[in-house]
Amino acid sequence: MLKYLLAGTAFGIILVKAELVSWFRIQEMFRLQSFHLYGIIGSAVIVGMISILIIKKFGIRTISGEKVNIPDKKFNKGQIYGGLIFGLGWALTGACPGPLLAQAGGGVTVIAVTLLSAVAGTWVYGRFREKLPH
Amino acid sequence: MEQIISLIRQPWPWYVAGPLIGLTVPVLLLLGNKSFGISSSLRHVCAACMPAKIPFFSYDWKKEKWNLFFALGILLGGFIAMTFLRESTAVTVHPNLVKELAGYGIHDYSSLVPPDLFSWPSLLSVRGLIMMVGGGFLVGFGTRYAGGCTSGHSIMGLSSLQWPSLVATCCFMAGGFIMANLILPTILSL
Repeated sequence: MLKYLLAGTAFGIILVKAELVSWFRIQEMFRLQSFHLYGIIGSAVIVGMISILIIKKFGIRTISGEKVNIPDKKFNKGQIYGGLIFGLGWALTGACPGPLLAQAGGGVTVIAVTLLSAVAGTWVYGRFREKLPH
Repeated sequence: MEQIISLIRQPWPWYVAGPLIGLTVPVLLLLGNKSFGISSSLRHVCAACMPAKIPFFSYDWKKEKWNLFFALGILLGGFIAMTFLRESTAVTVHPNLVKELAGYGIHDYSSLVPPDLFSWPSLLSVRGLIMMVGGGFLVGFGTRYAGGCTSGHSIMGLSSLQWPSLVATCCFMAGGFIMANLILPTILSL
């Protein structure tokens, strides 16, 4: 489990150094005032895509020798409704779940409240899942 | 050496940070066949702390423990970066945004998160309550409803050519544009 802790730590450092944890930067993105975040997401996707292509092409296995397996995502209407709802929250808090964790770790203690509220939101979704359109 | 340290302490440009974030995808796949995604950790916390016999939370969350360690790592990474790797925490933003925010009494750019909005005293104001508690709720509810967040859908999903993730990402952006441009001004003037 230590390896995942270290991977997370590296990711958290990048989030802060890239100013991805900044509410201001997210506002800039949604006002089309800066290319910064589009550049980050775009280049991250390209690097991720190339990595997966390389892994598949050369049949690279995990460090324990397993075949790499990426489960397919199935479409349901939740991706539309939930996506829109998350987008609203993203621009309000200026953070997605990763940056929220990095902000809290970076000493903005009040973000603990936002995180708790996010856990509550997740729970409420689970509670009413059957009644929601999917 | 000093030059390198000074470079690290400055904010990183997108073409450095973006590819590094993209590398998280193969790193997690090769470390143990894990699909990059952060919002699932919120679900595991629910399953661990308050399953309440809800089917959605009745699964063996311990099998997904890696995700919680990854989340804990992000917390730790935030601490390390803020404590040791920053020259200053001030953010430089577009002058139009500065002008707009000044109209709502937001002047403090000294931190990554505007202290005028995100602070304990602000939690007692209507504006702060909506942004921190309401915003957090929408993030938690929406990501689970959508089956992932920016990491799971926009990075991992798009990287592996999953079209439902493209739909989700477009909706993330649409929701963000609506909030930032149409609804947020009203909330900020509260």
